Amino acid sequence: MSAIASPVPRGFATPTDDHPVVRIALILVSVGFITIFLVLPLITVFAQALAHGFAEACDAVLQPDALSAVRLTLIVAAIAVPLNVAFGIAAAWAISKFDFAGKSFLTSLIDIPFSVSPVISGLIYVLVFGLQGWFGSALRDMNIKIIFALPGIVLATTFVTFPFVARELIPLMTDQGRDEEEAAVSLGASGWRTFLRVTLPNIKWGLLYAVLLCNARAMGEFGAVSVVSGHIRGLTNTMPLHVEVLYNDYQYVGAFAIASLLAMLALVTLVLKSLLEWRYADEIAAVHRH
Amino acid sequence: MSSAAVPRIVRWRNPSVLPGFGLSLGFSLFYLSAIVLIPLSALVLRPLSLGWAGFFAEVSTPRVVHALELSFGAAAIAAAINTVFGLIVAWVLVRYKFPFRRLIDALVDLPFALPTAVAGIALATIYAPNGWLGSLFARIGIKTAYSPLGVVLALTFIGLPFVVRTLQPVLAELGRDAEEAAATLGAHRGQTFRRVVLPALAPALITGSALAFARAVGEYGSVIFIAGNLPMVSEIAPLLIVIKLEEYDYAGAAAIGVVMLAISFTIVLLLNIFQAWVQSRR
Repeated sequence: MSAIASPVPRGFATPTDDHPVVRIALILVSVGFITIFLVLPLITVFAQALAHGFAEACDAVLQPDALSAVRLTLIVAAIAVPLNVAFGIAAAWAISKFDFAGKSFLTSLIDIPFSVSPVISGLIYVLVFGLQGWFGSALRDMNIKIIFALPGIVLATTFVTFPFVARELIPLMTDQGRDEEEAAVSLGASGWRTFLRVTLPNIKWGLLYAVLLCNARAMGEFGAVSVVSGHIRGLTNTMPLHVEVLYNDYQYVGAFAIASLLAMLALVTLVLKSLLEWRYADEIAAVHRH
Repeated sequence: MSSAAVPRIVRWRNPSVLPGFGLSLGFSLFYLSAIVLIPLSALVLRPLSLGWAGFFAEVSTPRVVHALELSFGAAAIAAAINTVFGLIVAWVLVRYKFPFRRLIDALVDLPFALPTAVAGIALATIYAPNGWLGSLFARIGIKTAYSPLGVVLALTFIGLPFVVRTLQPVLAELGRDAEEAAATLGAHRGQTFRRVVLPALAPALITGSALAFARAVGEYGSVIFIAGNLPMVSEIAPLLIVIKLEEYDYAGAAAIGVVMLAISFTIVLLLNIFQAWVQSRR
């Protein structure tokens, strides 16, 4: 309160406060570091996209190859995200509502994809489904294409986004305990009804939070998808891959125009994430773990 | 606790009134195996076709060794940079109030949210010889983009949130009692920080740096545009995997992948042991 005169000199509210000069210096270092390393790249994306005006940037986004990349990215996310939501809910239900042997081992297996390089995440599917992979010749005989086609891209994306939902829901549902579900079941509710009416309302914000992060990664994944896509223009290029193709072709306006779409997706994700963390902090496990 | 009257039954799970155990665990295990475990086993099994001698010959060529050294070396330097600046950023965000604090706090997550290819082309443009910062460095004779330094810059971008986000909650819960005690005992601020605050933060600082390091080792998208990818100079290990795959050298690609995976898993394992050790000392 500024109205009450402080007994300690201004700037030294308590003996554990840093010297004002130290404080200002540290704030300047932080703001400077974040400006140079994080803000400058963000500004560069939009500045380069608009280097020759808004019309040219729009034109680049509306090219047929660019539009097909947008479409493919949306399709891939629309398959990979629901798959991981289904897995995340199932795994969290089994792990948080029951006691069984090997539970913590299972939990640590779920984290594996986060410690695997994106390139290796793509490589493993090439080793299984690629032409010289385990099932390569069998798939060729059956005329099924997985690598350099949509299924491979979906698989690689699913792998890199695999832990997001489970990782958020397991601690959240473990914290919430089993009492409410047990009460519902003992009152005669069926399993599905218990899940839909009791569990789902309790986890909805945590689930939304996880879906948000999962989706951002699914739409933006580059390394893993790059390995399995084959870079066929207009066919197997997702938005990040199309950015690479245009950039390597020296079509900088086009590359940065698509990149700015992805950057906007990232900014929207960050805003929604901050809103959820601020509004529903108690109902999101990741906020407590952070 | 076991009582003599009740016969002990060894069960692999405790009974529960809740339904859906078989379905949820069954689906989880099936999905985990199909998406993660079986494909990963292909990575481990593939280099076996080379034999031990072939495997070592594959991963000890100068080009592969240099790429691995660059990936791990640059990741270590970037993690060290992030340890210092991550500590400062986390300290400022938790302890001080200043304009736009919330905005800066939200921005820290940008490397998590921004697709790596987007970060990659942006960094390459900034640090190119004619770029905003690259031209400044070029004037004093330092080559940033298309050199190992460019790799370090990209990996620093990727790693910052790991250190900050690991430190923030620990710092927030740290409380000021110990610092107040140190101050009343006559320690000045610098001593208090070195002798009281830093030891309390050390476990989180080490964890955050290790996470940033592990992520940076495998990073691909944000690096390849700025690195220039000259073999034996600025070529990272993940890129070499991609090159081997393009040459249909599956076993060679898998061999590099196995080495990277083995080192990454060792780091994660050591980190878990370290965290358990820290917990047990509390």
